[in-house]
Amino acid sequence: MTVLREGLIIAERDLRHWRRQPWTPVMNLAFTIMLLLMFAVILGGSIQLPGGGEYISYLLPGMLAVTMLFGLEATMTAMATDAKKGVTDRFRSLPISSPAVALGRVGADMTTALVELAVLFGGGLAIGWRITGSASAAVLAVLLLLWLRLAMLWVGIFLGLTLGRTEGATMAVQALVWPAGFLSTAFVSPEFMPGWLGWISTLNPLSATATAIRGLFGNPTGMTTGWLAEHALLAAVTWPAVLLVVFVPLSARAYRRLRR
Amino acid sequence: MERMRQDRAAHGGAAIRAHGVHKHYGSIAALDGFDLEVATGTIHGLLGPNGAGKSTAVGALTTLLDIDSGTAEVAGADVRTQGAQVRRRIGLVGQQPAVDEILGAHENLVMFGMLHGAGRREAHRRADELLELFGLADAAQRAVSTFSGGMRRRLDIAAGMIAEPQVLFLDEPTTGLDPRGRLDVWAAVTAIAARGTTVLLTTQYLEEADLLAGTISIMRSGRVIAEGSPRELKGRRGGDRVEVTVPVGDSASHVAATLTAPDGQAPTTDEEAGLVTVPAPHGAPDLIDVVRRLDAAGITPDDLALRRPTLDEVFLALTEEETR
Repeated sequence: MTVLREGLIIAERDLRHWRRQPWTPVMNLAFTIMLLLMFAVILGGSIQLPGGGEYISYLLPGMLAVTMLFGLEATMTAMATDAKKGVTDRFRSLPISSPAVALGRVGADMTTALVELAVLFGGGLAIGWRITGSASAAVLAVLLLLWLRLAMLWVGIFLGLTLGRTEGATMAVQALVWPAGFLSTAFVSPEFMPGWLGWISTLNPLSATATAIRGLFGNPTGMTTGWLAEHALLAAVTWPAVLLVVFVPLSARAYRRLRR
Repeated sequence: MERMRQDRAAHGGAAIRAHGVHKHYGSIAALDGFDLEVATGTIHGLLGPNGAGKSTAVGALTTLLDIDSGTAEVAGADVRTQGAQVRRRIGLVGQQPAVDEILGAHENLVMFGMLHGAGRREAHRRADELLELFGLADAAQRAVSTFSGGMRRRLDIAAGMIAEPQVLFLDEPTTGLDPRGRLDVWAAVTAIAARGTTVLLTTQYLEEADLLAGTISIMRSGRVIAEGSPRELKGRRGGDRVEVTVPVGDSASHVAATLTAPDGQAPTTDEEAGLVTVPAPHGAPDLIDVVRRLDAAGITPDDLALRRPTLDEVFLALTEEETR
Protein backbone atom coordinates (compact mmCIF):
# COMPACT_ATOMS: atom_id res chain seq x y z
CA MET A 1 0.00 0.00 0.00
CA THR A 2 2.81 2.37 0.88
CA VAL A 3 4.44 1.75 -2.46
CA LEU A 4 1.20 2.70 -4.25
CA ARG A 5 0.89 5.89 -2.27
CA GLU A 6 4.49 6.81 -3.06
CA GLY A 7 4.03 5.92 -6.73
CA LEU A 8 0.98 8.17 -6.90
CA ILE A 9 2.86 11.09 -5.33
CA ILE A 10 5.60 10.72 -7.93
CA ALA A 11 3.09 10.33 -10.76
CA GLU A 12 1.26 13.44 -9.59
CA ARG A 13 4.43 15.36 -10.22
CA ASP A 14 4.20 14.68 -13.97
CA LEU A 15 0.58 15.70 -14.09
CA ARG A 16 1.60 18.95 -12.40
CA HIS A 17 4.16 19.43 -15.16
CA TRP A 18 1.30 19.53 -17.67
CA ARG A 19 -0.27 22.38 -15.80
CA ARG A 20 3.01 24.30 -15.59
CA GLN A 21 4.06 23.64 -19.19
CA PRO A 22 0.94 22.70 -21.13
CA TRP A 23 2.65 23.32 -24.49
CA THR A 24 4.87 20.24 -24.10
CA PRO A 25 2.05 17.65 -24.21
CA VAL A 26 0.19 19.81 -26.71
CA MET A 27 3.21 19.83 -29.05
CA ASN A 28 3.52 16.06 -28.71
CA LEU A 29 -0.12 15.60 -29.62
CA ALA A 30 0.20 18.06 -32.51
CA PHE A 31 3.11 16.00 -33.83
CA THR A 32 1.07 12.80 -33.68
CA ILE A 33 -1.83 14.46 -35.47
CA MET A 34 0.54 15.84 -38.10
CA LEU A 35 1.96 12.37 -38.73
CA LEU A 36 -1.56 11.02 -39.06
CA LEU A 37 -2.54 13.69 -41.59
CA MET A 38 0.70 13.22 -43.56
CA PHE A 39 -0.05 9.57 -44.08
CA ALA A 40 -3.78 9.84 -44.45
CA VAL A 41 -3.93 12.80 -46.81
CA ILE A 42 -0.56 13.06 -48.59
CA LEU A 43 0.63 9.48 -48.88
CA GLY A 44 -2.65 7.66 -48.35
CA GLY A 45 -3.90 8.10 -51.93
CA SER A 46 -1.06 6.06 -53.39
CA ILE A 47 -0.94 3.26 -50.82
CA GLN A 48 -2.77 0.08 -51.80
CA LEU A 49 -3.96 -2.73 -49.57
CA PRO A 50 -3.89 -6.39 -50.49
CA GLY A 51 -7.43 -7.68 -50.10
CA GLY A 52 -8.84 -4.15 -50.53
CA GLY A 53 -10.27 -1.69 -48.05
CA GLU A 54 -9.93 2.00 -47.24
CA TYR A 55 -6.37 3.09 -46.37
CA ILE A 56 -7.59 5.37 -43.59
CA SER A 57 -9.12 2.38 -41.82
CA TYR A 58 -5.84 0.51 -42.17
CA LEU A 59 -3.73 3.49 -41.12
CA LEU A 60 -5.48 4.54 -37.95
CA PRO A 61 -4.99 1.37 -35.90
CA GLY A 62 -1.36 1.45 -37.07
CA MET A 63 -1.00 5.04 -35.86
CA LEU A 64 -2.44 4.08 -32.48
CA ALA A 65 0.12 1.29 -32.12
CA VAL A 66 3.01 3.46 -33.33
CA THR A 67 2.09 6.09 -30.75
CA MET A 68 2.41 3.44 -28.04
CA LEU A 69 5.87 2.53 -29.39
CA PHE A 70 7.01 6.16 -29.54
CA GLY A 71 6.03 6.48 -25.88
CA LEU A 72 9.24 4.59 -25.17
CA GLU A 73 11.16 7.76 -26.01
CA ALA A 74 9.15 9.87 -23.59
CA THR A 75 9.64 7.37 -20.77
CA MET A 76 13.35 7.03 -21.40
CA THR A 77 13.87 10.78 -21.67
CA ALA A 78 12.02 11.42 -18.41
CA MET A 79 14.10 8.81 -16.58
CA ALA A 80 17.32 10.12 -18.12
CA THR A 81 16.53 13.72 -17.21
CA ASP A 82 15.90 12.77 -13.58
CA ALA A 83 19.16 10.82 -13.47
CA LYS A 84 21.12 13.71 -14.95
CA LYS A 85 19.57 16.35 -12.71
CA GLY A 86 20.20 14.32 -9.56
CA VAL A 87 16.47 13.91 -8.90
CA THR A 88 16.84 10.12 -9.04
CA ASP A 89 19.53 10.27 -6.35
CA ARG A 90 17.31 12.45 -4.22
CA PHE A 91 14.49 9.91 -4.52
CA ARG A 92 16.99 7.19 -3.61
CA SER A 93 18.01 9.07 -0.47
CA LEU A 94 14.38 9.16 0.70
CA PRO A 95 12.79 6.47 2.88
CA ILE A 96 10.59 5.17 0.05
CA SER A 97 10.32 1.65 -1.36
CA SER A 98 12.49 0.97 -4.40
CA PRO A 99 9.70 0.27 -6.94
CA ALA A 100 7.96 3.58 -6.11
CA VAL A 101 10.02 5.64 -8.57
CA ALA A 102 9.29 3.27 -11.46
CA LEU A 103 5.62 2.96 -10.46
CA GLY A 104 5.33 6.74 -10.51
CA ARG A 105 6.67 6.71 -14.06
CA VAL A 106 4.18 4.00 -15.02
CA GLY A 107 1.26 5.95 -13.57
CA ALA A 108 2.21 9.19 -15.29
CA ASP A 109 3.00 7.65 -18.69
CA MET A 110 -0.08 5.42 -18.80
CA THR A 111 -2.20 8.50 -18.12
CA THR A 112 -0.46 10.27 -20.98
CA ALA A 113 -1.07 7.27 -23.22
CA LEU A 114 -4.80 7.39 -22.50
CA VAL A 115 -4.93 11.05 -23.47
CA GLU A 116 -2.97 10.36 -26.67
CA LEU A 117 -5.30 7.52 -27.62
CA ALA A 118 -8.36 9.69 -26.99
CA VAL A 119 -7.01 12.46 -29.22
CA LEU A 120 -6.12 10.03 -32.02
CA PHE A 121 -9.55 8.41 -31.79
CA GLY A 122 -11.17 11.82 -32.15
CA GLY A 123 -8.86 12.87 -34.98
CA GLY A 124 -9.28 9.56 -36.78
CA LEU A 125 -13.05 9.58 -36.60
CA ALA A 126 -13.02 13.16 -37.87
CA ILE A 127 -11.14 12.21 -41.06
CA GLY A 128 -13.22 9.19 -41.93
CA TRP A 129 -12.02 6.27 -39.82
CA ARG A 130 -14.86 3.94 -38.89
CA ILE A 131 -15.05 1.23 -36.25
CA THR A 132 -17.26 -1.58 -37.54
CA GLY A 133 -16.50 -4.16 -34.85
CA SER A 134 -18.41 -4.59 -31.58
CA ALA A 135 -17.99 -2.28 -28.59
CA SER A 136 -16.46 -5.02 -26.45
CA ALA A 137 -13.95 -5.80 -29.21
CA ALA A 138 -13.05 -2.12 -29.35
CA VAL A 139 -12.46 -2.07 -25.60
CA LEU A 140 -10.23 -5.12 -25.93
CA ALA A 141 -8.31 -3.30 -28.69
CA VAL A 142 -7.68 -0.35 -26.38
CA LEU A 143 -6.49 -2.71 -23.65
CA LEU A 144 -4.07 -4.34 -26.10
CA LEU A 145 -2.71 -0.90 -27.01
CA LEU A 146 -2.16 -0.06 -23.34
CA TRP A 147 -0.57 -3.47 -22.85
CA LEU A 148 1.94 -2.62 -25.59
CA ARG A 149 2.53 0.81 -24.03
CA LEU A 150 3.22 -0.83 -20.64
CA ALA A 151 5.86 -3.05 -22.23
CA MET A 152 7.44 -0.05 -23.98
CA LEU A 153 7.33 1.80 -20.66
CA TRP A 154 9.52 -0.77 -18.97
CA VAL A 155 11.92 -0.88 -21.91
CA GLY A 156 12.12 2.90 -21.55
CA ILE A 157 12.69 2.70 -17.80
CA PHE A 158 15.49 0.22 -18.32
CA LEU A 159 17.15 2.29 -21.06
CA GLY A 160 16.74 5.49 -19.05
CA LEU A 161 18.34 3.91 -15.99
CA THR A 162 21.25 2.38 -17.86
CA LEU A 163 21.95 4.97 -20.56
CA GLY A 164 20.51 8.01 -18.84
CA ARG A 165 23.78 9.61 -17.89
CA THR A 166 25.49 8.86 -21.20
CA GLU A 167 25.25 11.83 -23.50
CA GLY A 168 24.22 10.74 -27.00
CA ALA A 169 22.98 7.29 -26.02
CA THR A 170 19.43 8.52 -25.59
CA MET A 171 19.60 10.27 -28.95
CA ALA A 172 20.71 7.03 -30.57
CA VAL A 173 17.69 5.24 -29.11
CA GLN A 174 15.41 8.04 -30.27
CA ALA A 175 16.79 7.62 -33.78
CA LEU A 176 16.28 3.84 -33.69
CA VAL A 177 12.64 4.13 -32.66
CA TRP A 178 11.83 5.44 -36.14
CA PRO A 179 13.02 2.49 -38.20
CA ALA A 180 11.43 0.25 -35.56
CA GLY A 181 8.16 2.05 -36.20
CA PHE A 182 8.36 1.78 -39.99
CA LEU A 183 9.72 -1.76 -40.17
CA SER A 184 6.29 -3.03 -39.21
CA THR A 185 2.80 -3.36 -40.57
CA ALA A 186 1.81 -0.04 -39.00
CA PHE A 187 1.82 2.07 -42.17
CA VAL A 188 2.06 -0.31 -45.12
CA SER A 189 1.20 -3.94 -45.73
CA PRO A 190 4.15 -6.33 -45.45
CA GLU A 191 2.92 -8.03 -48.61
CA PHE A 192 4.05 -5.02 -50.64
CA MET A 193 7.55 -5.01 -49.07
CA PRO A 194 10.52 -7.02 -50.42
CA GLY A 195 9.95 -10.62 -49.26
CA TRP A 196 12.45 -10.87 -46.38
CA LEU A 197 11.73 -7.34 -45.15
CA GLY A 198 8.02 -8.08 -45.08
CA TRP A 199 8.74 -11.21 -43.07
CA ILE A 200 10.87 -9.27 -40.55
CA SER A 201 8.10 -6.68 -40.29
CA THR A 202 5.61 -9.28 -39.17
CA LEU A 203 7.96 -10.22 -36.29
CA ASN A 204 7.79 -6.69 -34.89
CA PRO A 205 5.72 -6.54 -31.64
CA LEU A 206 4.21 -3.39 -33.08
CA SER A 207 2.85 -5.40 -36.04
CA ALA A 208 1.25 -7.90 -33.69
CA THR A 209 -0.71 -5.21 -31.87
CA ALA A 210 -1.55 -3.27 -35.06
CA THR A 211 -2.83 -6.37 -36.84
CA ALA A 212 -4.80 -7.60 -33.84
CA ILE A 213 -6.59 -4.31 -33.23
CA ARG A 214 -7.39 -3.94 -36.94
CA GLY A 215 -9.27 -7.18 -36.62
CA LEU A 216 -11.00 -6.06 -33.44
CA PHE A 217 -12.03 -2.69 -34.91
CA GLY A 218 -13.32 -4.44 -38.03
CA ASN A 219 -10.70 -2.67 -40.18
CA PRO A 220 -8.73 -4.22 -43.06
CA THR A 221 -5.63 -6.09 -41.83
CA GLY A 222 -3.74 -5.77 -45.11
CA MET A 223 -2.68 -9.38 -44.78
CA THR A 224 -4.06 -12.26 -46.74
CA THR A 225 -1.74 -15.04 -45.58
CA GLY A 226 0.89 -15.84 -42.95
CA TRP A 227 1.14 -16.78 -39.30
CA LEU A 228 0.48 -13.28 -38.03
CA ALA A 229 -2.66 -12.92 -40.13
CA GLU A 230 -4.15 -15.89 -38.31
CA HIS A 231 -2.72 -15.49 -34.80
CA ALA A 232 -2.54 -11.74 -34.39
CA LEU A 233 -4.45 -11.69 -31.11
CA LEU A 234 -2.18 -14.27 -29.51
CA ALA A 235 0.90 -12.39 -30.71
CA ALA A 236 -0.46 -9.07 -29.40
CA VAL A 237 -0.91 -10.57 -25.95
CA THR A 238 2.36 -12.53 -25.93
CA TRP A 239 4.86 -10.03 -27.31
CA PRO A 240 4.37 -7.37 -24.61
CA ALA A 241 4.26 -10.13 -21.98
CA VAL A 242 7.67 -11.39 -23.12
CA LEU A 243 9.08 -7.87 -23.10
CA LEU A 244 7.74 -7.31 -19.59
CA VAL A 245 9.18 -10.58 -18.30
CA VAL A 246 12.56 -9.48 -19.61
CA PHE A 247 12.58 -5.77 -18.85
CA VAL A 248 10.88 -5.52 -15.45
CA PRO A 249 13.60 -7.62 -13.74
CA LEU A 250 16.30 -5.89 -15.81
CA SER A 251 15.00 -2.51 -14.66
CA ALA A 252 14.93 -3.63 -11.02
CA ARG A 253 18.51 -4.82 -11.40
CA ALA A 254 19.58 -1.57 -13.06
CA TYR A 255 18.01 0.40 -10.20
CA ARG A 256 19.86 -1.67 -7.61
CA ARG A 257 23.05 -1.31 -9.61
CA LEU A 258 22.97 2.46 -9.18
CA ARG A 259 24.47 1.64 -5.79
CA ARG A 260 27.61 0.18 -7.33
CA MET B 1 7.64 12.92 11.13
CA GLU B 2 6.79 12.45 14.77
CA ARG B 3 8.55 9.12 14.55
CA MET B 4 11.73 10.92 13.53
CA ARG B 5 11.81 13.09 16.59
CA GLN B 6 11.55 10.02 18.76
CA ASP B 7 14.41 8.36 16.90
CA ARG B 8 16.58 11.31 17.75
CA ALA B 9 16.31 10.73 21.45
CA ALA B 10 17.03 7.02 21.07
CA HIS B 11 20.79 7.34 20.71
CA GLY B 12 23.53 9.70 21.75
CA GLY B 13 27.19 10.29 20.96
CA ALA B 14 28.46 10.39 17.41
CA ALA B 15 26.06 11.19 14.59
CA ILE B 16 28.40 9.68 12.01
CA ARG B 17 30.89 6.93 12.68
CA ALA B 18 32.79 5.33 9.81
CA HIS B 19 35.65 2.94 10.15
CA GLY B 20 37.94 1.42 7.51
CA VAL B 21 35.49 2.01 4.66
CA HIS B 22 36.63 0.80 1.25
CA LYS B 23 34.91 1.41 -2.07
CA HIS B 24 36.50 0.36 -5.33
CA TYR B 25 35.62 1.11 -8.92
CA GLY B 26 37.52 -1.54 -10.80
CA SER B 27 41.11 -1.09 -9.74
CA ILE B 28 40.57 2.45 -8.48
CA ALA B 29 40.01 2.86 -4.74
CA ALA B 30 37.58 5.75 -4.33
CA LEU B 31 37.54 5.13 -0.58
CA ASP B 32 40.63 3.49 0.83
CA GLY B 33 40.30 3.02 4.56
CA PHE B 34 38.04 6.00 5.19
CA ASP B 35 37.54 6.84 8.89
CA LEU B 36 35.29 9.57 10.24
CA GLU B 37 33.62 10.49 13.47
CA VAL B 38 31.27 13.46 13.73
CA ALA B 39 29.77 14.51 17.05
CA THR B 40 26.02 15.06 17.24
CA GLY B 41 24.93 18.65 16.73
CA THR B 42 28.13 19.88 15.09
CA ILE B 43 29.07 21.06 11.60
CA HIS B 44 31.90 18.98 10.23
CA GLY B 45 33.77 19.93 7.06
CA LEU B 46 35.09 17.28 4.68
CA LEU B 47 37.75 19.04 2.72
CA GLY B 48 39.77 17.92 -0.25
CA PRO B 49 40.54 18.49 -3.92
CA ASN B 50 38.54 16.99 -6.78
CA GLY B 51 38.84 13.23 -6.83
CA ALA B 52 39.77 12.93 -3.15
CA GLY B 53 36.68 10.81 -2.53
CA LYS B 54 34.42 13.35 -0.81
CA SER B 55 31.34 12.59 -2.88
CA THR B 56 31.93 8.85 -2.70
CA ALA B 57 32.10 9.19 1.08
CA VAL B 58 28.77 11.05 1.08
CA GLY B 59 27.29 8.40 -1.23
CA ALA B 60 28.44 5.61 1.09
CA LEU B 61 27.12 7.33 4.22
CA THR B 62 23.75 8.14 2.65
CA THR B 63 23.29 4.53 1.37
CA LEU B 64 23.36 5.66 -2.27
CA LEU B 65 26.46 3.53 -2.76
CA ASP B 66 27.25 0.08 -1.41
CA ILE B 67 30.56 -0.16 0.43
CA ASP B 68 33.01 -2.99 -0.21
CA SER B 69 34.26 -3.31 3.37
CA GLY B 70 34.40 -1.44 6.67
CA THR B 71 31.61 -0.20 8.90
CA ALA B 72 29.59 2.98 8.90
CA GLU B 73 26.83 4.18 11.15
CA VAL B 74 24.72 7.26 10.60
CA ALA B 75 22.31 8.53 13.26
CA GLY B 76 22.66 5.23 15.06
CA ALA B 77 21.79 3.04 12.07
CA ASP B 78 24.14 0.83 10.08
CA VAL B 79 24.36 1.92 6.43
CA ARG B 80 24.72 -1.68 5.25
CA THR B 81 22.01 -3.45 7.22
CA GLN B 82 19.64 -0.63 8.20
CA GLY B 83 19.53 1.47 5.04
CA ALA B 84 15.85 2.33 5.44
CA GLN B 85 16.41 3.70 8.95
CA VAL B 86 19.38 5.72 7.74
CA ARG B 87 17.31 7.26 4.95
CA ARG B 88 14.57 8.14 7.40
CA ARG B 89 17.01 10.07 9.58
CA ILE B 90 19.10 11.92 7.01
CA GLY B 91 18.74 14.66 4.45
CA LEU B 92 20.91 14.76 1.35
CA VAL B 93 21.78 17.79 -0.70
CA GLY B 94 23.85 16.57 -3.62
CA GLN B 95 26.31 18.45 -5.79
CA GLN B 96 23.68 19.69 -8.20
CA PRO B 97 20.32 21.09 -7.18
CA ALA B 98 18.11 18.00 -7.36
CA VAL B 99 14.75 19.67 -7.41
CA ASP B 100 12.12 19.54 -10.13
CA GLU B 101 12.72 22.60 -12.31
CA ILE B 102 9.30 22.71 -13.88
CA LEU B 103 7.46 22.68 -10.57
CA GLY B 104 7.28 25.58 -8.14
CA ALA B 105 9.30 25.75 -4.95
CA HIS B 106 6.30 24.99 -2.76
CA GLU B 107 5.17 22.08 -4.96
CA ASN B 108 8.63 20.54 -4.75
CA LEU B 109 8.73 20.67 -0.98
CA VAL B 110 5.20 19.28 -0.63
CA MET B 111 6.15 16.34 -2.87
CA PHE B 112 9.30 15.54 -0.90
CA GLY B 113 7.49 15.98 2.41
CA MET B 114 4.78 13.54 1.34
CA LEU B 115 7.37 11.05 0.15
CA HIS B 116 8.79 11.25 3.67
CA GLY B 117 5.42 10.06 4.93
CA ALA B 118 3.78 13.36 5.87
CA GLY B 119 0.12 13.93 5.06
CA ARG B 120 -0.75 16.59 2.48
CA ARG B 121 -1.72 19.18 5.06
CA GLU B 122 1.35 18.53 7.21
CA ALA B 123 3.57 18.69 4.10
CA HIS B 124 2.06 22.06 3.12
CA ARG B 125 2.66 23.46 6.58
CA ARG B 126 6.25 22.23 6.61
CA ALA B 127 6.88 23.63 3.11
CA ASP B 128 5.67 27.08 4.20
CA GLU B 129 7.86 26.95 7.27
CA LEU B 130 11.02 26.01 5.36
CA LEU B 131 10.46 28.54 2.57
CA GLU B 132 10.17 31.17 5.28
CA LEU B 133 13.31 29.91 7.06
CA PHE B 134 15.39 30.00 3.88
CA GLY B 135 14.05 33.32 2.62
CA LEU B 136 12.12 31.89 -0.32
CA ALA B 137 8.59 32.69 0.82
CA ASP B 138 8.13 35.34 -1.90
CA ALA B 139 9.10 32.90 -4.65
CA ALA B 140 7.06 29.98 -3.30
CA GLN B 141 4.80 29.60 -6.36
CA ARG B 142 7.35 30.46 -9.06
CA ALA B 143 8.75 27.71 -11.28
CA VAL B 144 12.21 26.68 -10.07
CA SER B 145 13.61 27.20 -13.59
CA THR B 146 13.32 30.97 -12.98
CA PHE B 147 15.41 30.80 -9.78
CA SER B 148 18.97 32.08 -9.43
CA GLY B 149 21.69 29.60 -8.54
CA GLY B 150 21.64 30.64 -4.91
CA MET B 151 17.86 30.34 -4.66
CA ARG B 152 17.92 26.88 -6.21
CA ARG B 153 20.56 25.80 -3.75
CA ARG B 154 18.56 27.07 -0.81
CA LEU B 155 15.46 25.29 -2.08
CA ASP B 156 17.57 22.16 -2.46
CA ILE B 157 18.74 22.51 1.13
CA ALA B 158 15.14 23.09 2.25
CA ALA B 159 14.20 19.84 0.48
CA GLY B 160 16.99 18.11 2.38
CA MET B 161 15.58 19.51 5.63
CA ILE B 162 11.98 18.54 4.89
CA ALA B 163 11.80 15.75 7.45
CA GLU B 164 13.83 17.43 10.19
CA PRO B 165 16.74 15.04 9.63
CA GLN B 166 19.18 14.30 12.39
CA VAL B 167 22.07 14.48 9.95
CA LEU B 168 22.17 16.68 6.86
CA PHE B 169 24.72 15.94 4.11
CA LEU B 170 25.73 18.91 2.01
CA ASP B 171 27.93 17.98 -0.94
CA GLU B 172 29.78 21.09 -2.16
CA PRO B 173 26.80 23.38 -1.60
CA THR B 174 28.43 26.54 -2.93
CA THR B 175 30.33 25.24 -5.95
CA GLY B 176 29.40 27.37 -8.94
CA LEU B 177 27.54 30.03 -6.98
CA ASP B 178 28.15 33.77 -7.21
CA PRO B 179 29.26 35.58 -4.03
CA ARG B 180 25.71 36.61 -3.16
CA GLY B 181 24.44 33.04 -3.54
CA ARG B 182 27.32 31.78 -1.46
CA LEU B 183 26.51 34.12 1.41
CA ASP B 184 22.85 33.05 1.29
CA VAL B 185 23.80 29.39 1.46
CA TRP B 186 26.14 30.03 4.35
CA ALA B 187 23.31 31.74 6.22
CA ALA B 188 21.07 28.75 5.50
CA VAL B 189 23.64 26.30 6.86
CA THR B 190 24.05 28.37 9.99
CA ALA B 191 20.28 28.41 10.46
CA ILE B 192 20.19 24.62 10.18
CA ALA B 193 22.94 24.12 12.72
CA ALA B 194 21.10 26.41 15.12
CA ARG B 195 18.25 23.89 15.09
CA GLY B 196 20.57 21.19 16.37
CA THR B 197 20.96 19.25 13.13
CA THR B 198 24.34 17.62 12.59
CA VAL B 199 25.81 18.78 9.27
CA LEU B 200 28.45 17.07 7.16
CA LEU B 201 29.66 19.57 4.60
CA THR B 202 32.04 18.73 1.79
CA THR B 203 33.89 21.55 0.14
CA GLN B 204 36.99 22.48 -1.78
CA TYR B 205 37.24 25.82 -0.06
CA LEU B 206 39.09 26.16 3.21
CA GLU B 207 37.47 29.55 3.69
CA GLU B 208 34.05 27.93 3.66
CA ALA B 209 34.96 25.14 6.05
CA ASP B 210 36.73 27.66 8.26
CA LEU B 211 33.66 29.84 8.48
CA LEU B 212 31.05 27.14 9.01
CA ALA B 213 32.65 24.05 10.46
CA GLY B 214 33.80 23.44 14.00
CA THR B 215 35.93 20.49 12.92
CA ILE B 216 37.44 19.54 9.61
CA SER B 217 38.73 16.35 8.03
CA ILE B 218 41.07 16.67 5.09
CA MET B 219 40.84 13.92 2.49
CA ARG B 220 43.29 12.68 -0.06
CA SER B 221 43.12 9.53 -2.19
CA GLY B 222 40.07 8.17 -0.41
CA ARG B 223 41.37 8.60 3.12
CA VAL B 224 41.29 11.22 5.84
CA ILE B 225 44.85 12.48 6.22
CA ALA B 226 44.31 15.15 8.87
CA GLU B 227 41.64 16.19 11.30
CA GLY B 228 41.08 19.04 13.71
CA SER B 229 39.68 22.52 14.12
CA PRO B 230 40.34 24.96 11.26
CA ARG B 231 42.87 26.81 13.44
CA GLU B 232 44.79 23.65 14.28
CA LEU B 233 44.97 22.56 10.68
CA LYS B 234 46.16 25.90 9.40
CA GLY B 235 48.79 25.97 12.11
CA ARG B 236 50.11 22.62 10.91
CA ARG B 237 52.41 24.39 8.54
CA GLY B 238 51.31 27.09 6.25
CA GLY B 239 50.09 29.40 9.06
CA ASP B 240 49.19 33.09 8.66
CA ARG B 241 51.94 35.29 7.34
CA VAL B 242 52.65 38.87 6.37
CA GLU B 243 53.77 39.50 2.81
CA VAL B 244 55.79 42.64 2.19
CA THR B 245 56.34 43.83 -1.37
CA VAL B 246 59.72 45.53 -1.43
CA PRO B 247 59.67 49.12 -2.84
CA VAL B 248 61.42 49.69 -6.15
CA GLY B 249 65.12 50.34 -5.63
CA ASP B 250 65.32 48.42 -2.37
CA SER B 251 66.40 44.79 -1.90
CA ALA B 252 64.48 41.99 -0.25
CA SER B 253 67.39 41.04 1.97
CA HIS B 254 67.65 44.62 3.28
CA VAL B 255 63.95 44.69 4.15
CA ALA B 256 64.15 41.19 5.65
CA ALA B 257 66.98 42.27 7.91
CA THR B 258 64.64 44.66 9.73
CA LEU B 259 61.96 42.01 10.12
CA THR B 260 62.52 39.08 12.39
CA ALA B 261 59.45 37.07 13.25
CA PRO B 262 58.21 37.27 16.86
CA ASP B 263 59.08 33.61 17.39
CA GLY B 264 62.57 34.18 16.07
CA GLN B 265 61.92 32.56 12.68
CA ALA B 266 63.73 34.34 9.91
CA PRO B 267 61.58 35.85 7.16
CA THR B 268 61.89 34.24 3.75
CA THR B 269 62.94 36.38 0.85
CA ASP B 270 62.29 36.20 -2.86
CA GLU B 271 64.67 38.66 -4.48
CA GLU B 272 63.28 38.23 -7.99
CA ALA B 273 59.67 38.90 -7.00
CA GLY B 274 60.75 41.53 -4.47
CA LEU B 275 58.82 39.75 -1.75
CA VAL B 276 59.53 39.23 1.95
CA THR B 277 57.35 36.78 3.86
CA VAL B 278 57.15 36.94 7.65
CA PRO B 279 55.41 34.19 9.64
CA ALA B 280 52.50 35.68 11.61
CA PRO B 281 51.16 33.01 13.95
CA HIS B 282 49.14 35.59 15.91
CA GLY B 283 47.60 37.24 12.87
CA ALA B 284 46.77 40.91 13.16
CA PRO B 285 49.11 41.75 16.11
CA ASP B 286 52.02 40.40 14.07
CA LEU B 287 50.98 42.56 11.14
CA ILE B 288 51.00 45.63 13.37
CA ASP B 289 54.44 44.63 14.59
CA VAL B 290 55.72 44.43 11.01
CA VAL B 291 54.24 47.85 10.23
CA ARG B 292 56.00 49.38 13.25
CA ARG B 293 59.38 47.93 12.30
CA LEU B 294 59.11 48.99 8.68
CA ASP B 295 58.08 52.47 9.79
CA ALA B 296 60.99 52.69 12.23
CA ALA B 297 63.39 51.68 9.45
CA GLY B 298 61.86 54.27 7.13
CA ILE B 299 60.71 51.67 4.60
CA THR B 300 57.42 52.21 2.75
CA PRO B 301 56.49 48.92 1.05
CA ASP B 302 54.63 48.83 -2.28
CA ASP B 303 52.15 46.44 -0.74
CA LEU B 304 51.56 44.86 2.62
CA ALA B 305 49.10 42.08 3.41
CA LEU B 306 48.22 39.51 6.01
CA ARG B 307 47.82 36.29 4.07
CA ARG B 308 45.96 33.24 5.33
CA PRO B 309 46.90 29.81 4.04
CA THR B 310 44.77 28.49 1.22
CA LEU B 311 43.54 24.93 1.10
CA ASP B 312 46.17 24.25 -1.52
CA GLU B 313 48.93 25.32 0.85
CA VAL B 314 47.59 23.43 3.85
CA PHE B 315 46.97 20.45 1.66
CA LEU B 316 50.43 20.54 0.12
CA ALA B 317 51.99 20.96 3.55
CA LEU B 318 50.04 17.97 4.87
CA THR B 319 50.86 15.69 1.99
CA GLU B 320 54.50 16.69 2.29
CA GLU B 321 54.40 15.74 5.95
CA GLU B 322 52.87 12.42 4.99
CA THR B 323 55.52 11.45 2.49
CA ARG B 324 58.31 12.28 4.90
